[in-house]
Amino acid sequence: MSAFRVEVRVMPRAALLDPQGLAVEHALHALGFGEVAQVRMGKHLVLEVKAATRDEALARARAMCDRLLANPVTEDYDVAVGGGAAR
Amino acid sequence: MKRVAVIVFPGSNCDVDALVAARDAGSDAYFVWHRDTTLQQADVVVLPGGFSYGDYLRSGAIARFSPVMTAVAEHARVGGSVLGICNGFQILCEAGLLPGGLMRNARLRFLSRPTWVRVEQTDTPFTCLYERGEVLEIPIAHGDGRYVVDARTAAELEATGRVVWRYVRDNPNGSTNDIAGVTNAGQNVVGIMPHPERRNAPALGGQDGARVFLSMEARHATQHAVDVRARDGRHLRV
Repeated sequence: MSAFRVEVRVMPRAALLDPQGLAVEHALHALGFGEVAQVRMGKHLVLEVKAATRDEALARARAMCDRLLANPVTEDYDVAVGGGAAR
Repeated sequence: MKRVAVIVFPGSNCDVDALVAARDAGSDAYFVWHRDTTLQQADVVVLPGGFSYGDYLRSGAIARFSPVMTAVAEHARVGGSVLGICNGFQILCEAGLLPGGLMRNARLRFLSRPTWVRVEQTDTPFTCLYERGEVLEIPIAHGDGRYVVDARTAAELEATGRVVWRYVRDNPNGSTNDIAGVTNAGQNVVGIMPHPERRNAPALGGQDGARVFLSMEARHATQHAVDVRARDGRHLRV
């Protein structure tokens, strides 16, 4: 059994208005960062997951996203599994 | 007299208002703690407004896994009436008992003010005493009230008469098609963002919301063959 560092990124679905991202975008423009064409804002979760293999950690993390961490109606997610440290 | 279970989650803050509104309408209303697994022979379930679990992760995302929600889903499945107000609406969407989801208000600010909604569907347990097309003044108090559905679902909701209330005059939060409240395919589960329990008496500034609670009393005769009124001592007292 190893512990894997799993990073989950949850983003508002691309077609939907993201008012928080828009507010940050406007603030950046106000500060002179005119090169910013778009900002979208989501969530970044870091989990420590115990699993036998990297694939198992990934599968479990995806199940967690489907059940709880992301709302399938409003959000998209992706999952990245880092190195496993032996326990 | 209907038995109305008002579910109390950690962070609910409109639970007493909902209970009092139901009692004012003549219901036998009582609280059910979210860790309970029985609804105590409820005819109607009300999920009240508030900030269950601090709105952590997403509004309603954690509350929808509370133990009581299994009983609520079963109650809904067999055709029992369920009303979700504000955070209750968010919980019903997260639970998949209503379509769509509720996202941050389009202009970000938390809004606490009157809104005007038109009654679009009167064939539900919570709107049967209204006239279709009536415009009601009912307040909102939410930060995550932007109702979002994909275009196909929105078209289906419109075509099948499942939009129950629609904002008129202005759309406060950017909701799709100005939707303020929807119902499920069976029309027994209803969610609304504005707070009818805050407008059920002249002393509260108006009573446009009172018929939401009177409707559930009027809707159907008591369903139970044996009218269970025995208290098991688990009711929380106001």
